[in-house]
Amino acid sequence: MRLSLPLMGLLTVMAPAQADEIVSGSTFLSPELRRQQDDPTRNPAWFWVDQGRDLFAAKRSGGGQACLDCHADPATSLRGAATHYPQVDPSSGKLLNLEGRIEQCRVERQQQPAFGYETAEMLSLTAYIASLSRGLPMSVRTDGPAQPFFEAGKAFYERRQGQLNLSCKQCHDGLVGQKLRGDTISHGVGTGYPAYRLEWNTVGSLHRRLRACSLGVRATQFDYGSPEYLALELYLAGRAKGLPVETPAMRR
Amino acid sequence: MPTCARPNRAAGWAGAIVLALLAGQVAALEPYRIVADTIPEPLAGKVGDAARGAALVRDRERGNCLICHHGDDPAEPFQGSIGPPLKGVGARLDTGQVRLRLVDMSRLDPDTVMPPYFRTENMRDVASAYRGQPALSAQEIEDVVSYLASLRTQ
Ligand code: HEC
Ligand code: HEC
Repeated sequence: MRLSLPLMGLLTVMAPAQADEIVSGSTFLSPELRRQQDDPTRNPAWFWVDQGRDLFAAKRSGGGQACLDCHADPATSLRGAATHYPQVDPSSGKLLNLEGRIEQCRVERQQQPAFGYETAEMLSLTAYIASLSRGLPMSVRTDGPAQPFFEAGKAFYERRQGQLNLSCKQCHDGLVGQKLRGDTISHGVGTGYPAYRLEWNTVGSLHRRLRACSLGVRATQFDYGSPEYLALELYLAGRAKGLPVETPAMRR
Repeated sequence: MPTCARPNRAAGWAGAIVLALLAGQVAALEPYRIVADTIPEPLAGKVGDAARGAALVRDRERGNCLICHHGDDPAEPFQGSIGPPLKGVGARLDTGQVRLRLVDMSRLDPDTVMPPYFRTENMRDVASAYRGQPALSAQEIEDVVSYLASLRTQ
């Protein structure tokens, strides 16, 4: 079942950017791309959501349990789940994002081989589960056991890096609204991911976007799911507290 | 529609290892002298070529200056709005001033967004393909300086 029309409307009328106020990346889309994103019949990322819903219900080979067997009525039971990620896993003490949690369920509970980051299956399931939180405000924990990860992410965000010697903060706090070639710089919040990027011609994860920014300043690209990008993801999510989840978004 | 293939990253890894080995052998940068807000002498005594400089400013793999600056050609699509427009820069600044701003603007403004194009120290997490090398060589800096010096009409 796709998003109800009233909720779509709510996402569309989000206020325009004001000084200091952090707003969604969708605010900076061209009007045409914005319309395409907000129309589920024209936003291709919904194919991934649909596939994710199918995978969620699919029985595993060898007769194991489907995701749905543990998470009945996901539209209710998993509504809001994505707003709390990344989070510290109490049993392992590790920081898990949604991809990490899905992989953990897959390997430990379903006893199936890992999907791997950026596989079509992982992207589809992440897009589907995040889509169940559309319109709900981001609300990650940044205190307690999450605090050291949050601080590490903040330090990463603020330090200059790469041959072009720029920090995330210089662009995504200092230059919001400015043109970097054809792009308009946003606050760099990840609330629409996984998202369909025209440049990729496909859906990609937030970490794929982060790798693109790292490459842009000619800095080390950390691996998908690396501790560096996980901590950064938590910092971005903490910075985006209160902004609605918009997955699956479209981006340039 | 999504397909179920894994991306192949093996080729990228192999390349990164080769480049990391090469990066260890890069020589130190040619020294230069700063006077007030200028580097008065050309780097390594090189003579700049304005036409090559114009190409470097536009080239998305090398200077890529137009990602942030409006250049001199209004027909160029998608120019940046982050730095000052480059039109007329040769009248606003002398060549020594332009050279220092390209080499390392942070000498004048520690918080600057303008990247250092001729610096390798004090940089972190530089991608292995670029590690130990300046963004532009001494010759390339001189090419860009002579191009910018020629942009005199406001
Ligand atoms: C030189 C400028 C620059 C730097 C430095 C930079 N980015 Fe970006 N970033 C961009 C541009 C341009 C985009 C695409 C337009 C947009 O959505 O902001 C982007 C997009 C993003 C997005 C997606 C936003 C969305 O809603 O689609 C995130 C998240 C992000 N950046 C985070 C980061 C982080 C974290 C860092 C540091 C590791 C970083 N960026 C460094 C320019 C930069
Ligand atoms: C990431 C953005 C960015 C890139 C890339 C960039 N610049 Fe800049 N540039 C700036 C900013 C911002 C300033 C203003 C610096 C300041 O005042 O601290 C600037 C300043 C300058 C100035 C001084 C201009 C004046 O009127 O004072 C020159 C000259 C210049 N840049 C040339 C270049 C050239 C040539 C390139 C490419 C080889 C380049 N820039 C690449 C952002 C950039």
